[in-house]
Amino acid sequence: MIEIKNLHKSYKMGSNTLHVLKGINFSIDEGELVAIMGSSGSGKSTLLNILGMLDEADSGDYTLDGVPIKNLDETKAAKYRNKFLGFVFQSFNLINYKSAMENVALPLYYQKVGRKERQEKALKYLEQVGLKEWAGHLPSELSGGQKQRVAIARAMAAEPKVLLADEPTGALDSKTSYEVMDLIQKINDAGNTILVVTHEPDIANMCKRIVHLKDGVIVEDKKIKQVRASAYV
Amino acid sequence: MFSRDNWKEIFETIQKNKLRTFLSGFTVALGILIFVVLFGFGNGLINTFNGFFANDATNILRIYPGTTTIPYQGYKSNRRIEFDNDDLADIKRNFPFFLEYITPRISRSYLVKYESESNNYSVLGVAPSHQFAEKTIMMKGRFLNEKDIKNKTKYAVIGRLVQQDLFGNQNALGKYVDVGGSAYMVIGVYQDDGGDNEERSLYVPYTTLQLVEKSNDKVGQIIVAFKEQLGYTGAMAFENGLNKFIRDKKHISPADQSGIFIRNVADQLQKNQQFAGVLQIIVACVAFGTIIAGIIGISNIMVFVVKERTKELGIRKALGATPKSVIGTILLESVFITTVSGFVGMLIGIAILSSLGEKLKDYFITDPYIDIGTAVFATVILIIFGAVAGYIPAQRAARIKPIVALRDE
Repeated sequence: MIEIKNLHKSYKMGSNTLHVLKGINFSIDEGELVAIMGSSGSGKSTLLNILGMLDEADSGDYTLDGVPIKNLDETKAAKYRNKFLGFVFQSFNLINYKSAMENVALPLYYQKVGRKERQEKALKYLEQVGLKEWAGHLPSELSGGQKQRVAIARAMAAEPKVLLADEPTGALDSKTSYEVMDLIQKINDAGNTILVVTHEPDIANMCKRIVHLKDGVIVEDKKIKQVRASAYV
Repeated sequence: MFSRDNWKEIFETIQKNKLRTFLSGFTVALGILIFVVLFGFGNGLINTFNGFFANDATNILRIYPGTTTIPYQGYKSNRRIEFDNDDLADIKRNFPFFLEYITPRISRSYLVKYESESNNYSVLGVAPSHQFAEKTIMMKGRFLNEKDIKNKTKYAVIGRLVQQDLFGNQNALGKYVDVGGSAYMVIGVYQDDGGDNEERSLYVPYTTLQLVEKSNDKVGQIIVAFKEQLGYTGAMAFENGLNKFIRDKKHISPADQSGIFIRNVADQLQKNQQFAGVLQIIVACVAFGTIIAGIIGISNIMVFVVKERTKELGIRKALGATPKSVIGTILLESVFITTVSGFVGMLIGIAILSSLGEKLKDYFITDPYIDIGTAVFATVILIIFGAVAGYIPAQRAARIKPIVALRDE
C-alpha cells in the first residue's frame, strides 16, 4: 500500500539546517495497523506529514497504492489527499462553526458528492463511531473523546486507502484514549490500513506493528501481538 | 464554481460567521451610503444654484441709473442719471442685432385699496415684454399689451397674493382698485415662482404711470433681453456696447464706477455655474475618497478574514480542497457580501436622498439626487476592488502548505 525508499527531509532554521529524516525505508501492506514511535524530535510527525502529502520530502521515493507521489502541485496533492488519505489530528481540527455531521460531510463535498448522499453517508459514519445523536451539535458542545470520534468519522467518510492518525490520543485521558483506540482497531478489523503516530507505549502496543524512529532513522521495525483496547474500556 | 452546492456552503459559512459578515458588509454598505449621499448633496447644491435663476429669464441685462462721481465733458460730478422713453427708443434703434426685447421698469410703492381692504404694494410700470423677463405666469386674465402702453390705459395686473389680500375669495378680474388715488381695472392675476415678494406687486403700463406722475417720461431702470443664440460671448459684447453707448449719450466718464450699473444675468449665471461645477468636483473628490476608503476597509477585512480562517483553510486542504476551491470559497463569499451590502447601502442612500427633498433648502441643498447609473457604477467598482483585494490574500492562503496552516493557532 505504502512504499518508501531513502526518504530525506531537512528544515532550514535560520542559517542552520535541521536534518530531520535521514533516509527512511519501509513499506506497509494493506490492512496493517502500524504505530510509529519515537521521542519528540525523532521525525515521526514529519514522516507522517510527508506520507499525508501535507509536506514534501527533499529526496526519496514514495509510492501510495501504486501511484508515485512526486512533484505534486497543490491541486493534485489536494485530489490525492481527498482520494487516498484520511487524517486524524491530535487537536481534532474540526471546523468549529460546522456541526458534527457537516464536519464529517466535508471531504465528500470536495469529492463532489451530492448533498443528500453526503448527509446520509455522514450520518452512517457518525453512527459507526456512536455519535449519531450528536450529529447536529457543534464541536464546542462535544467532549474531547467525542470530537476525536467525529474526526475519525470524517477521516473515514471519504473512504480512504490509508488512515493517518497523528497522536490521536495525545489530548485525551487514558480511558477516552482506549475508547478511541478501540474504534481505530475496529476500523482496522474491517480491513482499513491505518498509521498511528504516538509516543505512548500502551497506545503503540494496541497496533499490530511498531516502527521505532530515532534521530531521523528507523532503529527498530517489529510485528507485535496486538493488545485489544476493548479489554480496558 | 457556481453550483448550488457551492452557494449553500457559502451561505452556511456566512450565516455562521455573523460578526465577520457584519464587519465586511457594514464597511461596504457605509462606504456606498456615504458616497451616494455626498454625491446627491453635490447635485442638490447645483440644483440650488440653478434654481436662483430659474424664475427669471437668463438672457437679460438690467441697467440701473446711478449718480456720477467724476466730472466729464463739462458736466459736474454728483449728477443724477435718469433714463427716459427716448433712451428706450435709442437702444432699440442702435442694437437691433442683439436685442430680443426691451422694457422699462418703474418701481413705486403705493397704498392700494379695494373696498375696505388696503395695503402697501410695489407698483411696477412696465412694458408687455416684462412678462418674459420675469417669467410671470398668468393665472387668469391677461398681461399688459402694446395697446395698453399706447393708450395709457388704467389697467393693472395683480399678483396672486395681492388678490388674496384685497379680494379674498372674490374674483378680482374687472374690479377697480385704487392705486395711490387713481382707479385701475384689474385685467389679470399672475403668479411667480420667485417667491411671495414677487407675488405682492402690481404691474401697470409704464406710460400710464408716467402720465399719472405729472406726465414725465422717466423710466427708472431698463431691462434688455438679448437673443439667446448670441451665447455668453455675444452677451458680454452686447453688455460692453450698451455700456459705452449709454455712457456716451449721458456723458458719463468711462472710468466712473457709479454712473450706471449693468447687471448681466448671463455673466452671473456663468459664474454661478462655474462655482457649482467646482463644488461638484470637490464633492466628487470627497465621494471618490470615500470609495477608496471603502476599498481599503474591505481589503483590510479580507486580510483579517483570511488570517482568521488560515487554520480552517488548512483543515479544508487536508480534506481535499484544491487551491482553486479555497480561492473560490473566499472570493465568492466576499463578492456575495459586498454585492448584497453594497446594494443595500446604495438603496438606503437613495432613500435618504429622496426623503430629504426640500428639507435642506436652508443649507443650499435642493432635491439632492444621484442618477442610478453613477450609484451602480460606484457599487460595482467597490465590489470589483473588494474581490481583487480579497483575491490576493486568498491566493496566498491557498498556497500555504496545509501543515503550516494547521499549525496556525
